[in-house]
Amino acid sequence: MLKSFPRGGVHPAENKFSAGNQITKLPLPKTVTIPLSQHIGTPAEPTVQRGDMVKTGQLIGKYKGFVSSNIHSSVSGKVLKVDKALDSSGYKRTSVVIEVNEDIWITKIDRSSDLRKEITVSGDEIINKILDAGIVGMGGAAFPSHVKMSVPKGKKCDILILNGVECEPYLTSDHRLMLEKGEEILVGFRLVMKALNVKKGMVGIENNKPDAISHLSQIAQQYPELEVFPLKVKYPQGGEKQLIKALTGREVPSGGLPIDVGVVVHNIGTAYAVYDAVQKNKPLIERVVTVTGNDVKKPSNFLVRIGTPLNQLVEAAGGIPAQTGKIVNGGPMMGKAMNSLEVPVTKGTSGILLIPEKESKRKPFRPCIRCAKCISVCPMGLEPFLLMTLTEKEIFDRVEKDKALDCIECGSCSYICPANRPLLDYIRLGKFRVGQIIRNRK
Amino acid sequence: MYEKINKLITVSPSPHVHSAGSTQKLMTGVLIALIPAFVIGIIMFGWGTLIVTGVAVISCLVFEYVIQKYLLKKEPSVTDGSAVVTGVLLAFSLPVNIPFWLVILGSLVAIGVGKMTFGGLGNNPFNPALVGRVFLFISFPVQLTTWPAPKGFGTSLTDAITGATPLGIIKEGLRNSDSMDTIMQNIRSSKEMLYGHMGGSLGEVAAIALAIGFIYLIMKKIITWHIPITILGTIALFTGIMWLIEPTQNASPVFHLLTGGAILGAIFMATDYVTSPMTPKGMIIFGVGIGLITVVIRRFGAYPEGIQFGILIMNAFVPLINSYFKPKRFGEEVKNG
Repeated sequence: MLKSFPRGGVHPAENKFSAGNQITKLPLPKTVTIPLSQHIGTPAEPTVQRGDMVKTGQLIGKYKGFVSSNIHSSVSGKVLKVDKALDSSGYKRTSVVIEVNEDIWITKIDRSSDLRKEITVSGDEIINKILDAGIVGMGGAAFPSHVKMSVPKGKKCDILILNGVECEPYLTSDHRLMLEKGEEILVGFRLVMKALNVKKGMVGIENNKPDAISHLSQIAQQYPELEVFPLKVKYPQGGEKQLIKALTGREVPSGGLPIDVGVVVHNIGTAYAVYDAVQKNKPLIERVVTVTGNDVKKPSNFLVRIGTPLNQLVEAAGGIPAQTGKIVNGGPMMGKAMNSLEVPVTKGTSGILLIPEKESKRKPFRPCIRCAKCISVCPMGLEPFLLMTLTEKEIFDRVEKDKALDCIECGSCSYICPANRPLLDYIRLGKFRVGQIIRNRK
Repeated sequence: MYEKINKLITVSPSPHVHSAGSTQKLMTGVLIALIPAFVIGIIMFGWGTLIVTGVAVISCLVFEYVIQKYLLKKEPSVTDGSAVVTGVLLAFSLPVNIPFWLVILGSLVAIGVGKMTFGGLGNNPFNPALVGRVFLFISFPVQLTTWPAPKGFGTSLTDAITGATPLGIIKEGLRNSDSMDTIMQNIRSSKEMLYGHMGGSLGEVAAIALAIGFIYLIMKKIITWHIPITILGTIALFTGIMWLIEPTQNASPVFHLLTGGAILGAIFMATDYVTSPMTPKGMIIFGVGIGLITVVIRRFGAYPEGIQFGILIMNAFVPLINSYFKPKRFGEEVKNG
């Protein structure tokens, strides 16, 4: 039987329309807008100012503090301004706007497409290069990768997991990367293993991507420390805790981190970025973005420079369908709805999903009938209906006691609820309020 | 430069897709699962089955609408289908020759007292259909225990010959200190009972038809196996033990399973979402409780049938069961190796 996580989960329609379409490079935009905060943590400090000429790959934002990340110019040209600009979150954030002029790269970057398999650098150098290259988790959360590379004292990492699950419906960027850059990805993964001094690497891929499973399994044959595992298709298997449970049987304790059970998880896109950073000296300046939706003319996977406006991507995929009612940054289960396409691609942009109008509005909700479907699908063993009621009634001590903070916000409860109740909305609110209460206690 | 969005678009939190499941679909599923029993009811007790069911459903819908609209002054929600299910279940637990006005009164109590006084769907602690049924049973015992003997398809109400249910025959027999063998001579074979050829409420008699409904509910994932199987398992186990100890005083477990409202109650009434526990462990406790109470009432109580009381009593324990039997949290007990 195929491995999977034991509790909860749902099966939304996969709709992976763009899975068969090769990654294509988009032409350079006229201007790029590169936010200095594309990651979880402190925004980077700008190192350029208006009027400066920059080259592709040049540092334009320096990390500030431990949980932060470097930002590099993804193009060459003139800095028009360093100012607040709208990003995909809907907020204005300090960004570097660059007018594109040719494409002149800094010289240390190896731009050849030669595969460099041999690992010649030390573990510490690998971590430094990851920090320098501004690599963040590319599955969507954008957590700075170097932070995950430093194992806290007293903890030990003995298994590294490569997350090739891509359980979000519609998205295919990791799938395409695995097919087209499989060698590079596994080299990148082995670099992380070396940096963390881990001897065992597990690659988890859901069974709806048999081509990627066989491709990576074949490549992995040359590396005895790596093994590829097909997984039963079940959302949210790409969630760190679920994937660790599925592959290793270990259960990250409530409130804990993967490292507490000796595991670190990295995403496909991140492993590829590590390869580029270490073997090619190339910072994180471009990524693969899926543009898709039920009515999108050409569902596509684009390799684009960070800072490219999203409307250029949508245009290349055949334009905005007439009946579009919602635009989502990411997948349909966990992605964030945007109010504009005039915002840039960032390190965490895995896809753009255009949802037709008739599916974009929620149906009115009805009373809870206690069918317990939310409980049966919750991968964290929570009671979403109860957390919603407790939050509505502002009984926050019980919201805390009933483990609202364990919620991974996968959305399975809201997805399954026959009464269309906005369970996750309320749980988020409950988590937020409980977080405030806990902070005030200190 | 590029195409702009020229209209208002929706911005809402994730998830952005829904399973398309709905309360109506679940209720429709329950109604579909009740069709086989309905057909057997018509075959065994004639068109009266259709009439009683129709009267109950229409009364429930009307009472729900009127109470919501004119008394509670809120948007009526009759379209969710829950009142239809209540009506059908109430009808299925009544004898076919019951006077119409009692059906209407039962519906009023089911919807009005059982459901609306608590705030409508989702808030009622007790199964509304059972509230209506038990009200009628206690207030009008004669009308509620005058059972037509099944004659087969095409019998009209006036032709029906009244008789007792198998459970009633046993209770009466034991009261007269008859031996079980003598009593059993007045009762049809298990095979006939399996098809519903016995006296009883119009929807409860045919075990096979109800079992088909059960399989449908499980396949459609409308209910899980826990509650029905633990109720029927408990009944079988405890009547089985008593039967082995004292066969002259006790009917066999097969008899207990096939007669009365055990199967209808276990599959369709105890599993009512609103009034049953929400975790598998809780459901098992609930089911065992119902099974035990049913057997105790059937064997030692004043009434021949006990499942209705078993369900209502255990309904009252549901909030307690829910707060004691929480799902196992992820990462709660860490066993790593």
